[in-house]
Amino acid sequence: MSLMKFLFAVYPYICLTVFVVASWIRFDYQQYTWKTDSSMLLSKKSMVVASNLFHIGILSIFAGHFAGLVLPHGLWLGLGISDMTHQWIAITAGIVFGLMCLVGGAMLWSRRMFNPRIRATGRKNDMFVISWLMLTLLLGLMTVPFSIGHANHNDPSVMLLLAEWVKSILLLNPQPELLATVDPIFRAHIFFGMTVFLIFPFTRLVHILTAPLSYVGRAYQIVRTKRRTV
Amino acid sequence: MKIRAQFAMVFNLDKCIGCHTCSVTCKNVWTNRKGMEYAWFNNVESKPGIGYPKQWEDQEKWKGGWEKINGKLELKAGGRVKKIVQIFANPNLPEIDDYYEPFSFDYARLQNAPLSEAAPTARPISQITGEKMDKVTWGPNWEDDLAGEFASRSRDANFANMQKEMYKQFENTFHMYLPRICNHCINPACVASCPSGALYKREEDGIVLSDQDRCRGWRMCISGCPYKKVFFNWESSKAEKCIGCYPRVENGLPTVCSETCVGRIRYNGIILYDADKIEAAASADDTQDLYQNHLDMFVDPFDPKIIAQAKKDGISDDWILAAQKSPIYKMAVEWKIAFPLHPEYRTLPMIWYVPPLSPVQSQIDQKNLPTEADGVLPKAEAMRLPVQYLANLLTAGKEAPIVSALNRMIAMRSYQRSIHVDGKPDTRALDATGMTEDMAKEMYRYLAIANYEDRFVIPSSKEEERLDDYYGFQGQTGFTFGNASSLGVTNNALFPARRKETVESRELAPLAEPTHDASGEQY
Repeated sequence: MSLMKFLFAVYPYICLTVFVVASWIRFDYQQYTWKTDSSMLLSKKSMVVASNLFHIGILSIFAGHFAGLVLPHGLWLGLGISDMTHQWIAITAGIVFGLMCLVGGAMLWSRRMFNPRIRATGRKNDMFVISWLMLTLLLGLMTVPFSIGHANHNDPSVMLLLAEWVKSILLLNPQPELLATVDPIFRAHIFFGMTVFLIFPFTRLVHILTAPLSYVGRAYQIVRTKRRTV
Repeated sequence: MKIRAQFAMVFNLDKCIGCHTCSVTCKNVWTNRKGMEYAWFNNVESKPGIGYPKQWEDQEKWKGGWEKINGKLELKAGGRVKKIVQIFANPNLPEIDDYYEPFSFDYARLQNAPLSEAAPTARPISQITGEKMDKVTWGPNWEDDLAGEFASRSRDANFANMQKEMYKQFENTFHMYLPRICNHCINPACVASCPSGALYKREEDGIVLSDQDRCRGWRMCISGCPYKKVFFNWESSKAEKCIGCYPRVENGLPTVCSETCVGRIRYNGIILYDADKIEAAASADDTQDLYQNHLDMFVDPFDPKIIAQAKKDGISDDWILAAQKSPIYKMAVEWKIAFPLHPEYRTLPMIWYVPPLSPVQSQIDQKNLPTEADGVLPKAEAMRLPVQYLANLLTAGKEAPIVSALNRMIAMRSYQRSIHVDGKPDTRALDATGMTEDMAKEMYRYLAIANYEDRFVIPSSKEEERLDDYYGFQGQTGFTFGNASSLGVTNNALFPARRKETVESRELAPLAEPTHDASGEQY
């Protein structure tokens, strides 16, 4: 089996399986460990700026990837968004949110690295996960000049190939050869991105899965009873 | 009408000597762990002072508790949508330095230091970083007994609407202790602030708890509680708070802080209230009405109609009996000498306080204080401890209930004095304060003698009726670290490992050299 085949036909499934199964096990058996691991109590300085930039940036990037790669291509065409418009939107949003995430993430990274309290209390795992996310983000930002280059030649083919590959993975019909011709930087970014799913259940990232959106519709007070309900 | 029982306490500040025994026993039982070194579920503050954490009473700074906006009760820090928007970084979160940086000392140095002219010192070590600290600049009790300069202490929010400068002078200085724990509020702002729904109030006894498995560490409760009595465990990233010693209370024992109180100032009991009145009571237009509204929620446990309703709502006979014998009901409702802490936060707190009587009895006896016509009760404005200050603390600034309570306490003393010194009862002071002789005698028994069985009237929670296999429940811990009673740590951890234990001096103190064997013979 070639490396290409392993990385883009087998590895995605390993990542997704571990992501789902391990998250599930952790939620079931180790819910006490399921948490944000906030360190804001120990050092609040510039956290409001850094954390907001990072989180808004990274969540928007995730939403952008989902919209562009997972939602069906026909949907955008149906909405009257041509492939070239699509690519320019992706480039612009990628730059804006990517830079937000980069600035915020760099602040969080250096805080974790150099703030004495955070460094002393942080786990290796925390340092690893922020570093990995930052590397993935940097690779992602490095794809932008290539995308702009393609867009300037009115050539959306690379973007379409990437979406086609994602679709092939999700439809359980992996076609790694689709990525053979795209610029290597895309392949590097994809590898790092897939690995985020692989490490996800073993890190603090799990808190994303329990984002407390239901709070918006909840009654303020919660009363629990121990009485038996007959 | 829906009757609920609430486990409540009264602290008699008149007798608090500020010994901190409550804090220490609580610390040793519940927060003697990594990540919680800085947290004191029970602390005793010297007032006036800015307290722990610094300036916790300044809600313009911390945005804790509730407020009334456009006729509606709303969290002061903002509603649910605003909380979600701010979830990436809670701007109102206190930093650990607002409490203090927890420290230990380098004790090993005292024994390991090389021979020198000067005695070796044990330098402080941060329990966060494990590094030596230059200087300890703040602690959980930094202002003890009015330590520090007046300018700093006078940032106390209870000086609102007062000309505080005059209390700077030595002659006018006043001082009181304020022991504080979680108030187990009827309208808790921490529960309302929790996006995960991890904090909850128990229906049976009203104790407010934080579900350690459900808590995700979004840290909204920390700032949401106006009393700053929910703490963020920075090791586990979970909210932890006073658990009302529920494993003890469920078995009819007082909380550990109450049990060990040297001055016998703490009273534990239950009180019945009408749960249908909560929202209306907390929504008073004028914050000064909140104390009365709160009082009006409590129901008379002797009223047959109330008893019938209580039974219908699942409250058992022995709980109703306990409510009738409750010291809380006597002090808060019958005698009206106990008050909630900062009712203006609209949380309907359930730890109530008997205000301290600052003019010592001898000052009254020596006629050093201007008195009312009866010659016994000092004029309210003659109190050393300004009534306005107490009112700001306990009744949102309304002086009349405080003056009435203080006068009743003085009248009780005056009456007892007439019996024991003059040999015949003098009821003039009682009459002036609307008290009967029986009431004064009972107040004397509860406040001055403070027998154990009068202070603690706690019905057990009848776990044996609730559990199918109560022997199987044996050995379950009260405060777990994940997944029922397991420690949440295994050797072959697939999941993130916990850090090492509490930071202490890195170098262990050497054991003393043994010079004698067990029988006393020298080596």
